[in-house]
Amino acid sequence: MRTRRARRVVFNGVALFVFAAMVFPVYWMVSTAFKPGSDIFANTPVWFPWHPTLSNFDNAIHRPHFWADVKNSLIIVSVVVALSLLLAFLAALALAKFRFYGRRAFIVLIIGVQMIPLNALIIPIYLVLSKAHQVDKLSGVIVTYLTFVLPFTIWTLRGFMLGVPRDLEEASQVDGTTRFGAFVRILLPLIGPGLVATSIFAFIQAWNEYIMAYVLLHDPSKQTLTVWLASFTGDRGTAWGPLMAGATLTALPVVIFFVAVQRKIAFGLTAGAVRG
Amino acid sequence: MSSRFPVASAAVAEPALQARRRRPIVTRLGNVAAPYLLILPALVVIGAVLGYPLYFMGHLSLEHYGLFQLLKHKGEWIGTKNYSQIFHDGFFWHVVARTLAFTAAAVSLTMVLGTLMALLLRELGSKMRVLLTAGLIFVWAMPVVVAVAVWSWMVDYEFGVANWLLTYLHVGNFNHHEWFATTWTGWLIITALVVWGAIPFVALMVFAGLTQVPQELVDAASTDGASSWRVFRDVTVPLLKPIFVILISLSIIWDFQVFNQIWILLSGQPPPEYFTMSIYAFTTSFQQSQYGLGSAIALVMVAILLVVSFVYIREMVKIGEAE
Repeated sequence: MRTRRARRVVFNGVALFVFAAMVFPVYWMVSTAFKPGSDIFANTPVWFPWHPTLSNFDNAIHRPHFWADVKNSLIIVSVVVALSLLLAFLAALALAKFRFYGRRAFIVLIIGVQMIPLNALIIPIYLVLSKAHQVDKLSGVIVTYLTFVLPFTIWTLRGFMLGVPRDLEEASQVDGTTRFGAFVRILLPLIGPGLVATSIFAFIQAWNEYIMAYVLLHDPSKQTLTVWLASFTGDRGTAWGPLMAGATLTALPVVIFFVAVQRKIAFGLTAGAVRG
Repeated sequence: MSSRFPVASAAVAEPALQARRRRPIVTRLGNVAAPYLLILPALVVIGAVLGYPLYFMGHLSLEHYGLFQLLKHKGEWIGTKNYSQIFHDGFFWHVVARTLAFTAAAVSLTMVLGTLMALLLRELGSKMRVLLTAGLIFVWAMPVVVAVAVWSWMVDYEFGVANWLLTYLHVGNFNHHEWFATTWTGWLIITALVVWGAIPFVALMVFAGLTQVPQELVDAASTDGASSWRVFRDVTVPLLKPIFVILISLSIIWDFQVFNQIWILLSGQPPPEYFTMSIYAFTTSFQQSQYGLGSAIALVMVAILLVVSFVYIREMVKIGEAE
């Protein structure tokens, strides 16, 4: 009994330490964002924002190009998500509901292309887009983002469609509905949550992307939020307070969305991986 | 398994047959064509945005493509000269070795620490488990660019919390210590940042796998007198092998091509000691305007990744088939 309690205390202690060590950078970002300059530039760190202020946020959002870049990010991300979802929906339907020649090759292709590093692909893509006069245009970035968002979306959606019991569809077909009718009435409502989760994840991927936007968008008013934040980070002797406020703002939509859907997606990806 | 596919199962065979008899041949042809029509749009887009650039990169790697060629939008064919140039260049091999060393270090740290955290999660009571899981998810959710901004603030030479803490703990005098002035301490920070960001995914995946290990097996082994280490090594690890294969190959693929962390931490001007293969390919292309040579380096990187990807894809297809 005693050793068991001792064990528990030790494990809890270790867990608290691990928690603190892992979360500290996130905490430090948010707390710095709320601290006045005198607390940020202190020789002994001030561990808690005792004198909270919004001036760092005020500074960050009034920096040049912040709002323009937020807008660009939102435009790029929403078009990419809409396009990928539409294309992926059809392809995932084929993968999940039909058995056809070449299906396996298509699966290998979908998984394989996700392994190609974007920082290698950017070299030919930059040259192709510059030839097509698509550099410094959001449309060029949108097309480019499909390279990684589309395959991912197909694969994830396919997983959600597999989860729909086949009997349901068959039952409705017996009742005399066409396959399309069965699809609209039965399948669509069932994979609704999966569609939402997949689009949120596609949103996060596109929102976080850095290198493609960095190479393809030169005009500071045409960049995305990640490029804005990275160039802000690069200024040495940085205004740390506003930078942390900007970082918090960049992370905020992602964190909210991520926490909402991570269980659905992450575990879906390897759910079949354990065979007992 | 096959009942998931539109192969008529016994229960519905009869009505399905009747329906089929009445259907015109066009509909049946339509059913055969349907999957192809459904994947066609995606296939066309992937071919255009991925296939063509890949082909073009192969082409580029056999060309001299500098600023002059960039203006003309046309390279100058030089055969395999780019490849012989990099293969005879000591610096290139140095970069390859450095990338491999970094990958080995980062992947092993990620896997070991991640697995330890997963095991810790299993031992915890529900409240502590929720707390630690929530913490890991927050870290996982951090966009890379944001994480880099935070870490560059933490290791700031003047007011960074890392220097203060290490001095306070009497590890040494870290007052105004510039981490990136010395190559190995710079790499220490880069590795810590990459591993920190990668741990939550591994920890939560391994933990998810652990919860599916049948308790009877563990109990049976322990009643037979196996130590907890033996149980882990001989019961848990073999059961979780598919997960480990996937996580290790994914981690290798991700860490081998590391770019953003190094690039942004070093303000877009990393000195040669901080070059990995992807940074080398990138600077050769975009800073020295040697797009042909850069493509050759990038393609060697892709080729190395292909070997690892093979293992990963095989495992994923296996799972895909099992579904």
